[in-house]
Amino acid sequence: MHIPDGYLGPATCGVFYAVMIPIWVAASRIVKKTLRTKQVPLLAIGAAFSFVIMMFNVPIPGGSTGHAVGGVLVAILLGPWAAAIAITVALVVQALLFGDGGVTAIGANCFNMAVVIPFVGYYTYISISGNSAINAHRRVTAAFIAGYIGINAAALLAGIEFGLQPLLCHTATGQALYCPYGLKIAVPAMLGEHLLIFGWVEAIVTALVIKYLQKQTPELLAQEAN
Amino acid sequence: MKIATKLWIALGVLILLSPLGLILPEHFQAGSAWGEWGADEIGKLVGYVPEGLKRVSELWSAPLPDYAFKGWEEKGLGRLSFAYIISAVVGSVLVALTIGLLGKLLVKRANNA
Repeated sequence: MHIPDGYLGPATCGVFYAVMIPIWVAASRIVKKTLRTKQVPLLAIGAAFSFVIMMFNVPIPGGSTGHAVGGVLVAILLGPWAAAIAITVALVVQALLFGDGGVTAIGANCFNMAVVIPFVGYYTYISISGNSAINAHRRVTAAFIAGYIGINAAALLAGIEFGLQPLLCHTATGQALYCPYGLKIAVPAMLGEHLLIFGWVEAIVTALVIKYLQKQTPELLAQEAN
Repeated sequence: MKIATKLWIALGVLILLSPLGLILPEHFQAGSAWGEWGADEIGKLVGYVPEGLKRVSELWSAPLPDYAFKGWEEKGLGRLSFAYIISAVVGSVLVALTIGLLGKLLVKRANNA
């Protein structure tokens, strides 16, 4: 889901940078108000965890690959705004140092993976888990569903961003300048593979870690009110 | 053991296992992620390399492209796995340090309650 340089036209890249700047500012302000000093190491681990989990490429035999992001998990533990900052940092390091995701596409990739995944995932989790006990099985189910929905929402959006490019940018003869695949191909491809395979990976990772933390360190889950 | 220590150990284990993300796709002959093809690859897929794509994809040259050392593309899975682990260490340390720094700048002592 890391859109590389060259797949999105300048207008799309610009729009997403413009959308992300106020979100980054708001996230900084909110985190400044709500995050406690002792939670900073946890946020650092969460960001590093997200970075590493994205390196676990899961193959579709003979086809493409994809991976979990861990964004819903970080959002459940530290809130969606803190998760937005954590995943932004992971994505920027991936783009600059490892060429994973384009530098021109940092705005778009951050919107998909550092905003849509944590916010959709977090509010799905909250609405399903309700006021159930910290150790309730319902929270594991909620984490599972939140992981699945969060990453698929981002995949749908990435598919739309790819798919709009042939409409937005093409030569006089109709050749695409950037991503050559339109909505009819890009959306089913991106959403389909996440609905079928990679969404379950995000769901399982999120649910397993929440289940583990319920047993080992339930106090971490009690902080989620942030 | 402190929670943070446990979680750092878990992260270390994940880093050591990370080459699975390289080896499994190779084993199952899976290609690039959808929409993450190089310019040459897309030329084969659609019959031409979109002009803008070619130009913009050359803008940035990452120091550790695809979590490997430059020029190691054909070195075999063993060495690539080694480079993958080094990349995972470098990346997660850098990410964690950046968050630590942001934390110092953002989080005031007032939040220590």
